[in-house]
Amino acid sequence: MDITFENVSYIYQQHSPFAHKAIDQLSFHIPSGTFVAIVGHTGSGKSTLIQHLNGLVQPTAGKVKIGDFELTAEKKPKHLKQLRSKVGVVFQYPEHQLFEETVAKDISFGPKNFGVGDSEIQRRVTEALQAVGLSADYVERSPFDLSGGQMRRVAIAGVLATKPNVLVLDEPTAGLDPRGQKEMMEMFYERHRSEQLTTILVTHSMEDAVTYADHVIILNKGSKYMEGKPEEVFVQKEALQQVQLDVPEMVAFINRWNEKFHTKLPFTKQSERELATAITAVLKGGKSHE
Amino acid sequence: MSSNEKLVEFRNVSFRYGAEQPWVLKNCSFEIDREEWVAIIGHNGSGKSTIAKLMNGLLFPQEGEIYVAGKKVQEDTIWDVRKDVGMVFQNPDNQFVGTTVQDDVAFGMENRGFPREEMLQRLDDVLHAVGMVDYRLTEPHRLSGGQKQRIAIASVLAVSPKVLILDEATAMLDPRGRRDIMQTVAHLQANKDVSLLTITHDLQEIVQADRVIVMNEGQVWDESHPRELFSKQDDLLAIGLDVPFIASLAKALKQTGIPITKEPLNHEELLEELWTLHSRT
Repeated sequence: MDITFENVSYIYQQHSPFAHKAIDQLSFHIPSGTFVAIVGHTGSGKSTLIQHLNGLVQPTAGKVKIGDFELTAEKKPKHLKQLRSKVGVVFQYPEHQLFEETVAKDISFGPKNFGVGDSEIQRRVTEALQAVGLSADYVERSPFDLSGGQMRRVAIAGVLATKPNVLVLDEPTAGLDPRGQKEMMEMFYERHRSEQLTTILVTHSMEDAVTYADHVIILNKGSKYMEGKPEEVFVQKEALQQVQLDVPEMVAFINRWNEKFHTKLPFTKQSERELATAITAVLKGGKSHE
Repeated sequence: MSSNEKLVEFRNVSFRYGAEQPWVLKNCSFEIDREEWVAIIGHNGSGKSTIAKLMNGLLFPQEGEIYVAGKKVQEDTIWDVRKDVGMVFQNPDNQFVGTTVQDDVAFGMENRGFPREEMLQRLDDVLHAVGMVDYRLTEPHRLSGGQKQRIAIASVLAVSPKVLILDEATAMLDPRGRRDIMQTVAHLQANKDVSLLTITHDLQEIVQADRVIVMNEGQVWDESHPRELFSKQDDLLAIGLDVPFIASLAKALKQTGIPITKEPLNHEELLEELWTLHSRT
């Protein structure tokens, strides 16, 4: 599903002394099937932005389009439930939202709400558990007896089971150990490709944005500050520092290397191995200025 | 009793949450010296947070003994032990009790019945130590996550613990907040008479520690200096951890035939070494 923001603004507690503009005339377009990373300093409007994607909030001004759905300030939104069945949101620390007696019941809750039939729900529970890397033995367990990482997986399975077209992920790997983080991102990426999803990832990790995203949007004070391909956006050190963001570590290293050795190695989302090969070529006096 | 130098001592400690439950810690022994900075790393569920909870008597081991500043940790000593062991937890929003920064920092001191004059002196001192002296009257919700954690650290320091434990205190922060905390911690280490125990699964955060204890499945898997540890890349990956960018680049360089001798801990060290090699050729 295509996602378009046209001059969207959102003000918290409008017409009160506490009015606060969280989104300010924001416009962008995300073509269907794109993996987008949204990056910004704490308080830049990332979380408010994603609340627009399934109609949890309505813009104060401007227009949000998600496929055929439209959200504007003027009209009361129609078919919200239908929108929410298409846009699955994994909020921060989603394991806090678990509530049912068993894993199976918790995962079933979403699809049941959207009117999916019992046999289909069962199929989806099995499939979603498998997708998040939990065995079928878990269905009858209480979600509250699981470890933090397992609880997170169950909560995510609950979103996947609604079969969304758009998957919104708000820092889905926060608090997981390195292997858990990697497995989870690989799982989302696999899902993104196999189900042809439009995926929106809110992240602090420049490395994840580089690895998985086709497109990056940088927010600052509720407005779009930069956008483009990760390898184009993430090399702009000064511009990023202006909004309290850092370049990915590899970019930082390449910059310092280039300064010290008077070379012009570019950042091309290369692996450490590829970078090492390029450095070795310089040191061994090969073609040094490529 | 244990010697002066040993501040914390775990002797063959085993722990499980219930008789039917699996062992979370299995026969763990290690020591932390005075003014030492020890980092504990391990994957989720490796037992590292349990260590912290055992250290100040939030939990008690089924087997083995734990000593803090010469006292054995048990029911009748926990109140004394807790004076020596200060803890900062993961979630910055769960550990604020005051309506302003100074109220919050004062809370622990009030509980201990410190005289007012001393409280004012200490308040000033700890807010300086964490670089938050300009925020004395700020309300907590106006602080960033990193700032909140710095206040949490200040509140603990105010009552002069002998050891400060940071239990994944940076896990919920953004990269800037994380760096902030690590700088604060390094500054404390250099300027305060306190031992540090930082518990993390982020290998970036162990670089400055004096010693690293690696936990795996409830056991002490390794104890070494960060530099040695970074060279054990494949082993770390095998137990669910990751190595920092600089260590994996150094490894890739070695594989492409660059003779790196000193395992680099940061960009400068690697660039220096490469420069030396470059000048020689």
